[in-house]
Amino acid sequence: MSIPRQPMPEQEASERRANFFEVAQGLTPEMAKQEAERCLQCKNAPCVAGCPVEVPIPEFILALRGGDVQEAARVLKSKNNLPAICGRVCPQESQCESVCTLGKRHEPVAIGRLERYVADWELGQGSIPPEKPEPTGKRVAVIGAGPAGLTCAADLAKMGHGVEVFESLHAPGGVLIYGIPEFRLPKEIVRAEVDYVRKLGVEIHLNAVVGKLYTIDELLEEHEFDAAFLGTGAGLPIFMRIPGVNLIGVYSANEFLTRVNLMKGYLFPDYDTPVLVGEKVAVIGAGNVAMDSARCALRIGTLQALERGEEPPEVHIVYRRSRQEVPAREEEVHHAEQEGIVFDFLTNPVEILGDDKGQVVGMRCIRMELGEPDASGRRRPIPIEGSEFDMHVHTVIMALGTRPNPIVFADSGGLERTQWGTVRANEATGQTTKHRVWAGGDIVTGAATVISAMGAGKQAAADIDRFLKADGGGKADGGGKADGGGKAE
Amino acid sequence: MYNIQHKEVLSETNKLMVIEAPQIARKAKAGQFVIVRIDENGERIPLTIADFSQEEGTVTIIFQEVGKSTMKLGALEAGDGVADLVGPLGNPTEIENYGTVLCVGGGVGIAPVYPIARALKEAGNTVLGIIGARTRELLFWEEKMRSVCDELTVCTDDGTYGRMALVTQPIQEILTERSDVSRVWAIGPAIMMKFCARTTEPFDVPTIVSLNSIMVDGTGMCGACRVSIGGETKFVCVDGPEFDGHLVDWDLLLARQRIYLTAEQKAKEAWVEEHTCRATGG
Repeated sequence: MSIPRQPMPEQEASERRANFFEVAQGLTPEMAKQEAERCLQCKNAPCVAGCPVEVPIPEFILALRGGDVQEAARVLKSKNNLPAICGRVCPQESQCESVCTLGKRHEPVAIGRLERYVADWELGQGSIPPEKPEPTGKRVAVIGAGPAGLTCAADLAKMGHGVEVFESLHAPGGVLIYGIPEFRLPKEIVRAEVDYVRKLGVEIHLNAVVGKLYTIDELLEEHEFDAAFLGTGAGLPIFMRIPGVNLIGVYSANEFLTRVNLMKGYLFPDYDTPVLVGEKVAVIGAGNVAMDSARCALRIGTLQALERGEEPPEVHIVYRRSRQEVPAREEEVHHAEQEGIVFDFLTNPVEILGDDKGQVVGMRCIRMELGEPDASGRRRPIPIEGSEFDMHVHTVIMALGTRPNPIVFADSGGLERTQWGTVRANEATGQTTKHRVWAGGDIVTGAATVISAMGAGKQAAADIDRFLKADGGGKADGGGKADGGGKAE
Repeated sequence: MYNIQHKEVLSETNKLMVIEAPQIARKAKAGQFVIVRIDENGERIPLTIADFSQEEGTVTIIFQEVGKSTMKLGALEAGDGVADLVGPLGNPTEIENYGTVLCVGGGVGIAPVYPIARALKEAGNTVLGIIGARTRELLFWEEKMRSVCDELTVCTDDGTYGRMALVTQPIQEILTERSDVSRVWAIGPAIMMKFCARTTEPFDVPTIVSLNSIMVDGTGMCGACRVSIGGETKFVCVDGPEFDGHLVDWDLLLARQRIYLTAEQKAKEAWVEEHTCRATGG
């Protein structure tokens, strides 16, 4: 293989520390063409099987290679409704690219970069929605406008069903809009992708908190939806059970990221929502959300410090295991390191320390060592007795994961949940224990990835479609839930 | 856009707005709150529902202008709209026939206490009411409260109207005089609720307060509103907003309400300056 994998042009680390512009700037047309040339066009296409939404990868790359970007976009969108988002936030290195044949001897084809290139090109042209199918007369309520809900809604609309999405926040996108920062996923991109979903005929109701404004049963009965899809994600933050978690300066990653991304706290006071970043910040945890929190804190702190003529802040990631166990994507860790985020491995907070005003002034930590592997297969961290030490910090951000938000379950009899608060649903179809209700994404799996949520939304859409098109499907049908069963097909 | 149907200037700083939101009005119950976002740049402001009408399809809010956001809101007029209105959020008040109850509203807290007093009255309770404010100008809804209370005491801190007293004084007297009060609701500024709870504690009367902590989403997502109730962390938005006043860690609530004081001050000054310039420069 003579052509090397095309590197992603990036904003310099020293520069991007002080702005919220996108870090990865996208391949040039020449680079995209070169990269497309690298694809071996394997007959068995292992990459397609590696994609949760089964994008016909060799096919879109072939179109791109032939210079027909429009066709490449059409192929991409036949399976993926939100490619400009996936091209940016999918962990390709553990999905399509990890099984690329080329990757066995060389570096795999940069599928994610090509996907983004094609999707961005199309957004630049103004995307053309496919022709409207014959309406089926069936109506589906999709709850939550995140990756799972938007995907499910778009697919159902393409199948001719009437789809209405109910979103609790004032903007659609879910984690794409409140969680993932501007410098990884510009909100303009999210808006454009959501616009495409709207163009398919999907109606999105904002500020509509299901469980409060409507219940699931009301949507199915009073509002006469034939089916409902739950994609409300895992939005409930987890705090450590240690003294000092309610001190001023302690944030959940959810609150911190929502203030920064959804509410544009980094543009305060032009935007009205403030966010506080001290001179020294500790982010607890080492997943993608922790990386996002640390990098947002660094940027806001740097901007605020520049304004005051002070030193930029020091931002630490505090993680109880070692580098090998870090759950974040390698690319995110790499970017964070480039930007100067400090990693404190094998370190665990035991208490957050405050002053007499209730403001965080420090964090007592203990050193850890790794013992035998635990249930997750990772080596279990064990505290080293007597190794406590105090860190001087002003802001603590807890990025320890999230749980499903129970609000949506108000008056939803028959919907079974697990001990973790997630919804019990058929893995292949998304069907829940409640008749006419499907679920997918983090609400079923617990916190996972954007693309796995999209995959679940897609599977559920296919199953809902089968159910609605089956004889007696829809609200008139009082029968069992088996008609929609994917396995019977 | 949610249309502002009607606006009333209750005092220089207290404003009332009736906003069209038929679906929220249909589901709203006493004790719940809404979140208002004025415009694209706006923050999400939690406000307890002061009144609602299913027939009219409206929700009424009353707020005090304390910072940039509430000043921006107060500058809107009937016919204008707010970008977002979310609700009804939080748990409704537990309305039952308790026998005799005492409903205390201080300052803008008179607004949320009114629908609670009304619902308690409708449930068959004997409702004793106390409303108070710093000064006469800041009192409102005396007649509305009187219409749902069997007895109403009105007081001002400075004696410009009604009794010259803090609301805690009539609470103390009523609980001393009569032993039939089985429950107290006290709503107002955190400091007032803290002292109301302290006043009722020796009488061992359950005292419900409605906490007004800082929030972002109002649906349990962020945890900004966390408070300590009997040593346990709770979220005001989903576990409240009403809690047992005797179990609230008031100092923590008061401290957490002041988190953004410096930033808010800066934003307010900038806004006031800009709008004063516009007014004089036009």
